[in-house]
Amino acid sequence: MTLHTVNKSPFEANSLETCLRLARSGHSVLLFEDGVYAASKGTKFEAMLIKAMQNCKVHVLLPDFEARGMKTENLIAGVNTVDYAGFVDLVTESERVQSWL
Amino acid sequence: MEESGVIKKFLYVNRRAPYGSIYALESLEVVLIGAAFEQDVSLAFIDDGVYQLKKNQATDGIGMKNFSPTYNALGDYDISKIYVDKDSLEERGLTLDDLMNLTWEDENDNYAKKPSISLVNSEELAALMEQQDVVLSF
Amino acid sequence: MKLGIMVSEGPYQHQASDSAYNFTKAALEKGHEIFRVFFYHDGVNNATRLTVPPQDDRNVVNRWSELSKQYDLDLVVCIAAAQRRGLLDENEAKRNGKDANNIAEGFRISGLGQLIEAGIQAERLVVFGD
Repeated sequence: MTLHTVNKSPFEANSLETCLRLARSGHSVLLFEDGVYAASKGTKFEAMLIKAMQNCKVHVLLPDFEARGMKTENLIAGVNTVDYAGFVDLVTESERVQSWL
Repeated sequence: MEESGVIKKFLYVNRRAPYGSIYALESLEVVLIGAAFEQDVSLAFIDDGVYQLKKNQATDGIGMKNFSPTYNALGDYDISKIYVDKDSLEERGLTLDDLMNLTWEDENDNYAKKPSISLVNSEELAALMEQQDVVLSF
Repeated sequence: MKLGIMVSEGPYQHQASDSAYNFTKAALEKGHEIFRVFFYHDGVNNATRLTVPPQDDRNVVNRWSELSKQYDLDLVVCIAAAQRRGLLDENEAKRNGKDANNIAEGFRISGLGQLIEAGIQAERLVVFGD
């Protein structure tokens, strides 16, 4: 299993799009830094993320989400929240980490 | 410099265009140094990274070094697995003919020159990524 | 587990170094081993001891130095990337005829082979960049 990390807003870069195109079923995706915006409800990327969640587990780094004025109630349903310790667990539980810089 | 015994699969993922930022050049520097460690190396060019392999780069007008000829040397470093994401290439209106003709010499086949670049679709690229031990992103 | 970290951006401009620091600290606190933190591209700028951030802000450079001291963390700055960007230790300053050096405590300058070695030795490698 691969952990994919995405740190860019989907409005700024196509990192998330490419990540989701190349992530395989059963992989995990962690949204952090500006990548967290993709996890919030009501954006034009919401459908893309919900579709991805059928095959992949999506996580958001809560400290980054909260730093940007978002709360858990703004999260798309089904997105898991982690702190830095949880980020570490995701890394150690995966076979490799692919950073979509 | 070689680490005894351990051979890992290293994938270098290149997703940025050359010259606009230094990532492409410094990624290539890692690849060249890394070659001395005799690991199982593959390079992937995705998104704007495919522009790194564009033919006919001419940098005289911007006062920067044209480092694209260095990609031709990769074959001499036994780096022969260069994967270009087909979708990224097509999105940019490019074909394989627009890219440099990178080759390597197959010592098991009378040193025949063989193309290093393989065009891969999403499924092939995803499968390739899943075989790796270490993914270095630039 | 033995982890390797690569930091590809400098302090303050991008969050990469902050994220890498928070991740590294969390990993160490959980009892994992950090084989090495390798600073590349503009990431080498995390190693200058000449930064003077405002008093009410975090000190990114000192934070790395302190973490290094506390956990005997190996902080390695790529020599080629560092020289391009004006990061020199005492030896490199001398060798290149420069009148100053600026490497902060806990960091050492070495070659790109150290990154490859981290990839080989560590069980997972995590890249933080822009």
